[in-house]
Amino acid sequence: MNETLKKYFRMNRLPHIWCPGCGNGIVVGALVRAIDKLGLNPDKTSIISGIGCSSRSSGYLNFDTVHTAHGRALTFATGLKLARPDLNVIVLTGDGDATAIGGNHFIHAARRNIDLTTIVFNNNIYGMTGGQYSPLTPTHSKATTSPYGHIENPFDITELAKASGASYVARGTTYHTLELINLIADAISHKGFSVVEAITACPISFGRQNKLGNAPAMMKWQKENTISVKAASKLPAEQLAGKVVIGELYRRQAPEYTAEYQKVIDRVTGGNGQ
Amino acid sequence: MVIINTKFCKGCQICVDFCPKHIIKLDDMQKAQIIDQSKCISCGFCELRCPDYAITVVKE
Ligand SMILES: Cc1ncc(C[n+]2csc(CCOP(=O)(O)OP(=O)(O)O)c2C)c(N)n1
Ligand code: SF4
Ligand SMILES: [Mg+2]
Repeated sequence: MNETLKKYFRMNRLPHIWCPGCGNGIVVGALVRAIDKLGLNPDKTSIISGIGCSSRSSGYLNFDTVHTAHGRALTFATGLKLARPDLNVIVLTGDGDATAIGGNHFIHAARRNIDLTTIVFNNNIYGMTGGQYSPLTPTHSKATTSPYGHIENPFDITELAKASGASYVARGTTYHTLELINLIADAISHKGFSVVEAITACPISFGRQNKLGNAPAMMKWQKENTISVKAASKLPAEQLAGKVVIGELYRRQAPEYTAEYQKVIDRVTGGNGQ
Repeated sequence: MVIINTKFCKGCQICVDFCPKHIIKLDDMQKAQIIDQSKCISCGFCELRCPDYAITVVKE
């Protein structure tokens, strides 16, 4: 590992437990490079995760971290950010964690536009528990709970985030690693609720059931089936069918929750409240 | 120069398949190995995409 990145890891916890080829390590690598690029103060940066393979990442990171309950990372993060608005609070969550058991927390954190950065590790499956479908499992895919092919429609988490009130929304992949670093850095810098969907391969619990090949093959899929926002904007809708658009999808400036909360405190206490 | 930490490498083959110069292979122990350091262009993609933090590219 690059010497400059070692300080961001609890080196005594490595190597991590993720399967060979699992993309979680690439997403976490992109996160620490984004933190390094921004020069964030580790003592002012907190990382909160839920439960799942991806959520184990908080345990490897050398920051103040909380590994919370399944689906509840955003609730702990909301509490922390309200108590300590000066902190950079980063939430690491899986597709199941964020959109199934934690779906309600996700839309309401977005609705409040609270200044949290949420990275959704989208591997299209419940990896940790052995490959059950999640709300982001594509239609017709196989999961242990849909052995004959999935008949439900998935959420588009970026659209869900935007419609719910998030003020920064982006999508990246583990193949497009440099872009992912930049998207995460922009999401952290943005004041308000930011969401980065990181498309990541789970070769073991998702890839194997769906005969998608090994980890490099799953990353080649990411390369071949995505299109940048810029390129997509020049194409007619029918040519975009089946393509996954990556890059910064949405950004707006909007009142941020903890700042608005402070204004209420100041108004009610005549400006001398804490 | 590319340095591989074989204690961290899990042999996933991502670096092998994506190295633009095709200078990485898996050895008999299924660990990444550099075939020809002199051909490395220090692009750093193997390091960025290594899920196991097993690769360091030292830019010369
Ligand atoms: C309250 C509760 N319900 C269910 C579980 C079992 N459980 C653990 S991880 C998980 C799903 C993980 O999926 P995801 O969030 O996509 O993470 P991944 O493992 O794919 O990274 C479930 C259902 C749990 N730990 N706690
Ligand atoms: S089960 Fe999937 S998500 Fe979990 S560590 Fe293995 S490859 Fe990664
Ligand atoms: Mg998942």
